[in-house]
Amino acid sequence: MDIDKKKLDTIIKKNGGERNRILAIYQDIQSEYRYLPKEAVQYVCGRLDIPLVKGFEVATFYKALSLKPKGKHSVCVCLGTACHLKGGPAILETFERELKVKRDDTTEDGMFSVDTVNCLGACALAPLVRVDGKDFGKTSPPTVKKIIKEFKHGA
Amino acid sequence: MIEFTIDGKKVKATEGEFILPVALREGFDIPTLCHHEALGSDGRCRICVVEVKRGSRKRIVTSCLYPVADGIEVSTNAPDVMLVRKSVLELLYARCPEAEVLGHLAKKYGVENVRYSKDHDKGKCILCNICIRACAEIVGVSALGFSGKGMSKKVTTPFDEPSDTCIACGACVVACPTGHIFMKDDKGVRTIWKKKFPLAQCPECSRFHAPVEQLQYISKVTNVPLETLMVCQDCR
Ligand code: SF4
Ligand code: FES
Ligand code: FES
Repeated sequence: MDIDKKKLDTIIKKNGGERNRILAIYQDIQSEYRYLPKEAVQYVCGRLDIPLVKGFEVATFYKALSLKPKGKHSVCVCLGTACHLKGGPAILETFERELKVKRDDTTEDGMFSVDTVNCLGACALAPLVRVDGKDFGKTSPPTVKKIIKEFKHGA
Repeated sequence: MIEFTIDGKKVKATEGEFILPVALREGFDIPTLCHHEALGSDGRCRICVVEVKRGSRKRIVTSCLYPVADGIEVSTNAPDVMLVRKSVLELLYARCPEAEVLGHLAKKYGVENVRYSKDHDKGKCILCNICIRACAEIVGVSALGFSGKGMSKKVTTPFDEPSDTCIACGACVVACPTGHIFMKDDKGVRTIWKKKFPLAQCPECSRFHAPVEQLQYISKVTNVPLETLMVCQDCR
């Protein structure tokens, strides 16, 4: 993958070029490319003068970062305590079945990634699903199908 | 000078020392896995636990990271110590049933039946961090690190690929307490961390003695010419 070094330089500069800002830098890159390309990790480590393996450690530690390309739409199914009890696992299964994808992975056509999270902080709305930053509360397997349709066609 | 007792014996230590080295010096037996002579303590394995009594308060601490203090009473074998150590060993053993050291320790400390289901995808690695620190702090190349977290945490090279900075020195292999890291020398080639490295052949005795990349690295940091290093230690 070709990365735009100027873009990365801007991001690094915006974060003061500081090593301890590596997570913020990664997050900015991730929102730019929808994932964290390997080449970007290599470039950032070079610029911040940190061993590549340290940059790799950070990149693999946080669930918010992905070294694999993410889908156009990111589906986040909450499996926190409340959502778990209210049927979160069934919601996840429905997404997996309908989209023919496993959790933590992306559909073949690159349209959807399905991830899980442990509590989004809106437990009263359990089971909760967040798609591209938009929250859907009190979901059920039928509403999952509706949500998928909405994003498939709205896209 | 600090004075305290270990299993009732009066001992002396210098301020700032941790319990473990003092205890070992005094001949007490405390098992360790993540403590390394050259690297010091890291506090990861937790089998070095002891009980520390300060006044009327007792607590279980990791001896490798607990600073000595005047008047403390340390016990290396109180019932609580044995219980905690046993539980820790049980967990480590369930993670790495193939690791011989853990088998021995489990036997020594009476871990009879392991209550947890055994892992078979972790090899012998207990995530003690010694190899990573040896690579960074002793060798100075930082080819190794952790990736992931929780159940999927493991030691690896960047992107799980052959590393550009690894010099095949094998320091990680020597330092690892469990023998997890694979290394093989065969027909002038060393295989380690999924990469093959040519070994230098001594021009005098034609023995394969060290990876070329390691010699290049030593030459770079010490300014000793590579030609000198290519000759093996015996013929030098
Ligand atoms: S490979 Fe060995 S030295 Fe490295 S973390 Fe695992 S057990 Fe420790
Ligand atoms: S458990 Fe799902 S929002 Fe809290
Ligand atoms: S030796 Fe103390 S925690 Fe491992």
